[in-house]
Amino acid sequence: MQRSDYLLSQLDVLEAESIHIIREVAAEFERPVLLFSGGKDSVVMLHLAKKAFWPAAIPFPVMHVDTGHNFPEVIEFRDRRVAELGVRLIVASVQESIDKGRVVEETGRWASRNRLQTTTLLDAIEEHRFDAAFGGARRDEEKARAKERVVSFRDEFGQWDPKNQRPELWNLYNTKIRPGEHVRVFPLSNWTELDVWDYIRREGLEIPSIYFAHTRRVFERDGLLLDDNPYANRGEDEPVFEAMVRYRTVGDMSCTGAVKSTAATLDEVIEEIAATRITERGQTRADDRTSEAAMEDRKKEGYF
Amino acid sequence: MVMDILRFATAGSVDDGKSTLIGRLLYDSKSIFEDQLEAVERTSADRGEEYTNLALLTDGLRAEREQGITIDVAYRYFATPRRKFIIADTPGHIQYTRNMVTGASTADLAVILVDARKGILEQSRRHAFLATLLRVPHLVVAINKMDLVDYDEAVYRRIVDEFTAFATKLEIGDLTFIPISALHGDNVVERSNNMPWYDGPSLLHHLEHVHIASDRNLIDVRFPVQYVIRPHKATDPELHDYRGYAGQVAGGVLKPGDEVVHLPSGLTTTITHIDGPNGPVQEAFPPMSVTLRLADDIDISRGDMIARPHNQPRVAQDLDAMVCWMTDARRLTPRMKLIIKHTTRTARAMVKDVHYRLDVNTLHRDERADGLGLNEIGRITLRVTQPLFVDDYSRNRLTGGFILIDEATHGTVAAGMITDAR
Repeated sequence: MQRSDYLLSQLDVLEAESIHIIREVAAEFERPVLLFSGGKDSVVMLHLAKKAFWPAAIPFPVMHVDTGHNFPEVIEFRDRRVAELGVRLIVASVQESIDKGRVVEETGRWASRNRLQTTTLLDAIEEHRFDAAFGGARRDEEKARAKERVVSFRDEFGQWDPKNQRPELWNLYNTKIRPGEHVRVFPLSNWTELDVWDYIRREGLEIPSIYFAHTRRVFERDGLLLDDNPYANRGEDEPVFEAMVRYRTVGDMSCTGAVKSTAATLDEVIEEIAATRITERGQTRADDRTSEAAMEDRKKEGYF
Repeated sequence: MVMDILRFATAGSVDDGKSTLIGRLLYDSKSIFEDQLEAVERTSADRGEEYTNLALLTDGLRAEREQGITIDVAYRYFATPRRKFIIADTPGHIQYTRNMVTGASTADLAVILVDARKGILEQSRRHAFLATLLRVPHLVVAINKMDLVDYDEAVYRRIVDEFTAFATKLEIGDLTFIPISALHGDNVVERSNNMPWYDGPSLLHHLEHVHIASDRNLIDVRFPVQYVIRPHKATDPELHDYRGYAGQVAGGVLKPGDEVVHLPSGLTTTITHIDGPNGPVQEAFPPMSVTLRLADDIDISRGDMIARPHNQPRVAQDLDAMVCWMTDARRLTPRMKLIIKHTTRTARAMVKDVHYRLDVNTLHRDERADGLGLNEIGRITLRVTQPLFVDDYSRNRLTGGFILIDEATHGTVAAGMITDAR
């Protein structure tokens, strides 16, 4: 770093911006919570939260909306990471929402618990009276997300109204809400997928093992490589084969596709990401393929 | 070499070729992915459009795609080996002035697109005015569709002269003209062979090399206290007495050993440590987020300000400001009460006076105006319930800017730029 110019790298600038957002929300809201899935983005977010308050502890709990269809490697990682940091973990269970009759399980080959998560998430926010929920979403992920605010208002039904968003200027965030309303906060809004990976490498962060190449029993559906597991509802016409794969995103085992890859180290993964010509959601998520507005529609209902 | 970030705003409508330009920058820097392009091609074909409508890439909302217009600011990202770029893609029409103001508030640079066939239009002047109102340090006038005027230097010269004449009315820091054809790629990424008379850089080359490090205010130390860090259950006895003041540096350079003043108390003390995200640092400057530790135990809380004893912001309750009104739910009128958020301090404010409304197209001041409606800009005086620590916006965007929040709806209803304070 050239000291005379007071230069900061792009990762330093992004880190400073995210820490500012996290502190601002911790200062202005009474009951924030950080949504932690164990995926790479939430790993980075949790790391930034740790830095924001060091040497004090992170002043809010973390919450995982658990569909019950998660990869076991990710759940194992989640529990370990949370224990290392000494933060309180709240698990909001989609299975419980089903058992209570709050939601009805989808059926058929394309059944997924993806959409059901919204109800579980909103119920948990209401139950714990959370007024701000940090999410790891990035604007480069998806075009509806590109329009989302950093501090994004949700009404008493948890809904997002994309046409009536609060303008955000400079580094000032409007944090005014009424009881029953809440905000979603996206500290990684300005990060790209590659920034996240570069930061993971720079900070030496551990991520779940499924992000690296490994051998897995998979089958092909709609161009996605799905893990052969009971939640994926594999049909007789969908033959299983063994392949060298890794995951580019971490979601449900029912709808998250793997990509063929031999990238076994962080450097190899980053090299692969830098060269790829397909978006991470386009390559790996069945849930985003429903329509061009699939994400916008789910977000309006209160999805992550 | 350090790879830094340039944030730039683009203003214009589809007609100006703005989306084509952004599409080309993203495409040529390999930031558009195949599946995104396929989705856009599919939608374009479904609609019977002759060419792939790259605007569909940036129009992220259903309503925008249906109406074929950009409503809201969209943020786009691309990178070259030299820089990461954040584009605030804002709509150009006058009914979206507030969106352009929003996009410009964080921009290092603004790109104004001018159609070479049409020359400087009312909206070009408006965009230039808004960029200077928001103190965007660098302005690029991209004279587009040069292919449609046979790459004629005379056309380019005429537009440059016309714009330069208009620009003398504005305080523009750094003004650059680039003749381009976004459709054909002339002077966008590579220098064009079609315009040998132009000896400047391509647009991308300019974006990659424009010097932004000195745009920050590195002179006036301003540290708005955001959060007080006190470890409660410190297992490490050394942390028992830890008391740190966290925030993002808004101006100047802070170093351990510096004498500082705390506002509002006026008490002076010394910085003993600066903790950065990765441990102690020897200096802190914008936009770093750090934690200061001080030699003396002063009662400091969120909303306070740390500065240098001989270089302090103004402590003021009466603010003169240019404001952009951002809601159609109600008008800004004298005696109106609002919430003001300035740096890390939130207070209540009352509109004491509306001095004039500015016509953003002609810059004419209407002093008979009794208020401001949606997207209108004017000069007002505010009375604030408690002192704010302010600088003129022209001196520091972070300590000179504020937002106003409606007490009833909680909507963000105005952006303000301080011009004077008492």
